[in-house]
Amino acid sequence: MSEKRLSLSPARFLSARRRHRSAGLVVLLFGLLAVGSAYAAFAPDNAVADNSAQSQQIEEGKKLFAVGCSSCHGLNAEGGGNGEGKMAGPSLIGVGAAAVDFQVGTGRMPAMQTGAQVPRKTPAYTQAEIEALAAYVASLAPGPAVPAQESYDISKATDEQVTRGGELFRTNCTACHNFAGRGGALPNGKYAPSLMNVDPKHIYEAMLTGPQQMPVFSDQVMQPEDKRDIIAYLHALQEQKDPGGFGLGRLGPVSEGLWGWLVGIGVLVCVAVWIGAKGVKAKGAKASE
Amino acid sequence: MSDKEFPAPVKYLDDRLGIGKIGRKNLRKVFPDHWSFMLGEIALYSFIILLLTGTFLTFWFKPSMAEVEYQGSYSLLKGLHMSEAYASTLDISFDVRGGLLMRQIHHWAAVLFIAAMMVHLLRIFFTGAFRKPRELNWVIGFTMLFLGIIEGFIGYGLPDDLLSGTGLRITQGMIQASPVIGTYMNFFIFGGEFPGDDMVPRFFIVHVLLIPGIILLLVSVHLFLVVYHKHTQYAGPGRTNNNVVGYPLWPVYTAKAGGFFFVVFGITALMGALMQINPVWLYGPYNPAEVTAGSQPDWYMGWLEGSVRIMPGFESHFWGITLSWNLIIPALLIPPAFVTLVALYPFIEAWITGDKREHHLLDRPRNMPTRTGIGVAFMTFYGLLWIGGGNDLIATHFGVSLNNVTWFLRFAVFLGPVLAFWVTRRIAISLQRADNDRLLHGLETGVIVRSPEGAYSEKHTPVGGYEAYTLTARDRLLPLDIGPETDDNGVRAPRRALNKLRAKLSGFYFADAVQKPTREELEEAQAHGHDADEIHELTETETYREVTSDRS
Repeated sequence: MSEKRLSLSPARFLSARRRHRSAGLVVLLFGLLAVGSAYAAFAPDNAVADNSAQSQQIEEGKKLFAVGCSSCHGLNAEGGGNGEGKMAGPSLIGVGAAAVDFQVGTGRMPAMQTGAQVPRKTPAYTQAEIEALAAYVASLAPGPAVPAQESYDISKATDEQVTRGGELFRTNCTACHNFAGRGGALPNGKYAPSLMNVDPKHIYEAMLTGPQQMPVFSDQVMQPEDKRDIIAYLHALQEQKDPGGFGLGRLGPVSEGLWGWLVGIGVLVCVAVWIGAKGVKAKGAKASE
Repeated sequence: MSDKEFPAPVKYLDDRLGIGKIGRKNLRKVFPDHWSFMLGEIALYSFIILLLTGTFLTFWFKPSMAEVEYQGSYSLLKGLHMSEAYASTLDISFDVRGGLLMRQIHHWAAVLFIAAMMVHLLRIFFTGAFRKPRELNWVIGFTMLFLGIIEGFIGYGLPDDLLSGTGLRITQGMIQASPVIGTYMNFFIFGGEFPGDDMVPRFFIVHVLLIPGIILLLVSVHLFLVVYHKHTQYAGPGRTNNNVVGYPLWPVYTAKAGGFFFVVFGITALMGALMQINPVWLYGPYNPAEVTAGSQPDWYMGWLEGSVRIMPGFESHFWGITLSWNLIIPALLIPPAFVTLVALYPFIEAWITGDKREHHLLDRPRNMPTRTGIGVAFMTFYGLLWIGGGNDLIATHFGVSLNNVTWFLRFAVFLGPVLAFWVTRRIAISLQRADNDRLLHGLETGVIVRSPEGAYSEKHTPVGGYEAYTLTARDRLLPLDIGPETDDNGVRAPRRALNKLRAKLSGFYFADAVQKPTREELEEAQAHGHDADEIHELTETETYREVTSDRS
């Protein structure tokens, strides 16, 4: 190497060599190096953050999913067949955490058997496991999230809000769930379940996600405060004592008619038989003469 | 007794109103005693309870559809806009002392009123008490049942709550489904488009004045005719078609019936106090945009509801006119046909059997197998439609599919009554045979005797004279004989085709009927059975004295 060459300043060096035939290659290499270094600098950072709480939860949820859900919903929640061309479980991509929290939290999932409708039962998973499953399903695609506690907090609901909730309930819900939230029949063995003793969170999530036969009442259609008022009304109904005596199931005139016949006419006919069977005592007969 | 001087107050009234003679005659009036004769009383007493509690309710109920804002004490509806009718019903329930109790007694009494009329009707039907001379009283009774149902339904509509409004909306749909006149009828009844402002005030006056007035009048005629015809009685020793055996009105029936009134009132009051009925506050005010699952009418409209629910949705269109068969058939054709058949049954049966005699002795249901079969077939039809009216609750409570319930009923309403008819008829005929067996062979004693020759036989004891009399106190039933085709001069009898049909129906009516044993058969059986030592014990422990009164 000559002195002259060594004495060149870096700028002069680059400038002098810029038309060198391998200059393009060198620039490309530099570019790749820069991108690679940048990736190396940033990407591992992200991975480290995920590795903490959330990704662990998703991992855990994925494992639980593989054991408890994948036989119907598919290994990657893409939905699965039952081997006879029928769907065993729908795809869960995009259903969101709220749907998982509702279905698993009310015990509907995992389902025990296929049928017209999956009934509510004691939940099979702990709250932590449900959260893990929800986090996993939510990680697949965006969907409605589990509502925040304050959105279904009914402890501060005013009378006015409860009344408003009643009006919304009668307009949107009673057609299937009955005037007192006791549930009702739907075609082909399906039914609208009773809303008594259901966690406010689950009622909120049901409106948000529309499980099974229920339509979706998204936050655009039914504002979060509407949902809260409906829940407040339902809670008030549930707490209300029947002022007229035994409520007879709050099912309407069918149970009233049944009780009217069994108790009313039943007892009265028994009394009639009793009076008819009682002859007139000799004393009474004498008095009539 | 007639010579005895009346006590002073009675004498005072007798001198001015002549009540002594009327009273003396009618207080001695004899009525036969049987529990089944008290079913109509339940209806009468419920009606009195309805009048009393209903009057109480009118003091606070406001029959107006003017819109008001509710400010009463039921907080879940506070501030809502509603009709005055609904608001005042809430006030009666929550702000009037004793109001809810009165409302509930009123409603339970209505449930019992119609149920009791129906049970009473069934008693009359199955015992043949509707036969001459009582056919018109049957029609009067049936009219009261019909009016009672309408009265009840209108009363259910008055509070203007969501449930009753839905019920009226369905009724309005049925009215509109009537061809040609539907729309006019609708405007006439509701005073314009449904629901309008006239509904509640109009229904109110029909409910509190018009129909109760007519029912009151009919009750009076009904009871007057009972007194005039004298009460029917079951067959038994000493009871014939020409007498009445029983107790006098005073004091026996005054005590029995008066006591029974208080029992009915007490039970209705208990039901009103303990069992919640028609909780209008849960339904909310009527709003045509709202509906609730389990929207059903009160029980007596349930069969109509069921008939509409199980009907497939047929509809035809002609020249821009829609004919809704799904309403015309189940709501406008079947119920009137059913109702007419029931109302006219006494006349139909009399025509078929050709029986023109007066009847004061009641039939045992088994002795008229065809009539009993028809009755059970009607009950089955009614009951199946009733189930249809509650198909949703049947589905949810028994865990079956709503569609399966509906499809089952679509076939069952046709097949069920036929099956019920044949089964009932055969059971009745078997029971008649069992009766004849009792008469001819006596009762099995369970004592096995070995004869000197070694043969085993069971001892039979003849039935007692009382029972034998009771079992044989009935007519021999023979199909109607319409005579020969032509008379002696070869002239064809008039209306031959109609009479042939009549003979055919009569043959069907009495086919397979078991006739009671003849005198010869009975005598032979007695002669045959006398070797067994009789355990002839009449249980005559009755300490009362019955009165026999001449019917003429």
